[in-house]
Amino acid sequence: MIIEYFRNFVKEVGDIFLFLVNSVRLLFMKPYRILEITKHMEFIGNQSLGIIILTSLFTGLAMSFQIYLGFKIINAVNLVGPTVALGISRELGPVLTGLIVAARAGGAMAARLGTMRVNEQIDALDVMGVNTKQYLISPRIIAAVICMPLLTAVFDFVAMLGSYFLVVHLVELDGAIFWQRIRDTLEARHIYEGLIKSAVFGLVFALVCSYRGFNTVGGAKGVGEATNKGVVQSMVSIIILDYFLTNMIRIYYVITGTG
Amino acid sequence: MEDAIRLIDVKKTFDGKEFVLKGLNLNVKKGKLTAIIGFSGTGKSVVLKHILGLFQPTSGRVEVLGKDVSQLSSDDLTKFRCNFGVLFQSSALFDDMTVLENVCFPLQEHRRNLLPNQVLEIASKKLRQVGLDPKHFEKLPSQISGGMQKRTGLARALALDPEILIYDEPTTGLDPILTEMVDNLIVETHKHREGVTSVMVSHDLHAAFRIADEIVMLDAGRVLLCGTTEDFYNADNELVKKFVSKGMRKENSHT
Repeated sequence: MIIEYFRNFVKEVGDIFLFLVNSVRLLFMKPYRILEITKHMEFIGNQSLGIIILTSLFTGLAMSFQIYLGFKIINAVNLVGPTVALGISRELGPVLTGLIVAARAGGAMAARLGTMRVNEQIDALDVMGVNTKQYLISPRIIAAVICMPLLTAVFDFVAMLGSYFLVVHLVELDGAIFWQRIRDTLEARHIYEGLIKSAVFGLVFALVCSYRGFNTVGGAKGVGEATNKGVVQSMVSIIILDYFLTNMIRIYYVITGTG
Repeated sequence: MEDAIRLIDVKKTFDGKEFVLKGLNLNVKKGKLTAIIGFSGTGKSVVLKHILGLFQPTSGRVEVLGKDVSQLSSDDLTKFRCNFGVLFQSSALFDDMTVLENVCFPLQEHRRNLLPNQVLEIASKKLRQVGLDPKHFEKLPSQISGGMQKRTGLARALALDPEILIYDEPTTGLDPILTEMVDNLIVETHKHREGVTSVMVSHDLHAAFRIADEIVMLDAGRVLLCGTTEDFYNADNELVKKFVSKGMRKENSHT
């Protein structure tokens, strides 16, 4: 049974990888789906903006408050700003943005493609001589890869505004020190690190959710299962992948002597 | 007469054990309207998907317009499918596009030399041909009736002037009046398109007898009988007799 499970897992990973390779290959083949990419960028990026602003603001506030309470004990409240900035830009920004967008846009992707599959709309595209992967999958993947770093940048910025508001206006620390400490500690590469991670997370959730939706079988039950699997597997993958990406980036810093 | 579609000793299994098609041989004549009928689960839709290249046969050959569909590469198959126009059971209209956009879509995909107003003109013409009122052109599929959805689906299937028209259970789930309307639409469409081969998969025996030039009955993954309406009425085979008597009785109870 374990062998069977492992074999299925390996097969599925292989299928998803081939699905990715094919979708990326088709991205560079005519006809270029610019309009479709733009449409999906609007859905993934623009329509996620509100929820990202809201969650990042409160993440910044809550995180700053917890760190302030901890640092107050050791009399290091001036380090709240840089600690929050590093945590948000390198870890929480990309991971939380990935999880939120995977739940919102990834779930919608899987449900939409699943519904198209069970309603024969994908078959209709196939028999119309339209390459369904090129029309439906490639634009979604590239749109997610482009939008995720942009959304993460917004998350980072708004979270820091939340942090500033709490530190300066609620617990009344010095605003100038708050920014100065961040400038002393935070480097551009810390932000890039988070943005690169978020692009990878975008690729992962778009790929997994598209794969699940595209390969839906059955009726409404199948669509529900595909959506559920797509979202859960995307979220778990993002969290696991974050750990490995963090380590890979550390190794890169060590090899290049920039760490 | 030349064959548009040939299935030669086609076998198909999905699980490696049970065969859905068991050495099926089928010839569809060019320019004729052929109906494929049979009880549920006899492999009608599987045959259709083989013709469209959506399924690959486990063994045997599927030739469409002289080409072995199972040997075409994925990209070639995509291009080759422009020869087909398909009306699906559920109409399969794109629900985020209007009626007019649905019909414009195949033209935008495959007639890239056409200007946008030419595309709109052709699509409007196709919709009018199938009897759809222009006041419905800007509506979404969810805002029109089942009959109008069928008309839109047919207009979309006709958009590229395909050589082969396929109707996948076009009247399943429709009321008798709508069924007759769709049947008439198929007959009219076939009549006005010389040289176009039409294949209709259905278990609506009445419709098959009324509109098809040739009828093929499948049973257990093989062709049980292929012939005209008379051949079916005069058949000695018990299963054919049973299907005909039950099918016609059901139709009579409707009328």
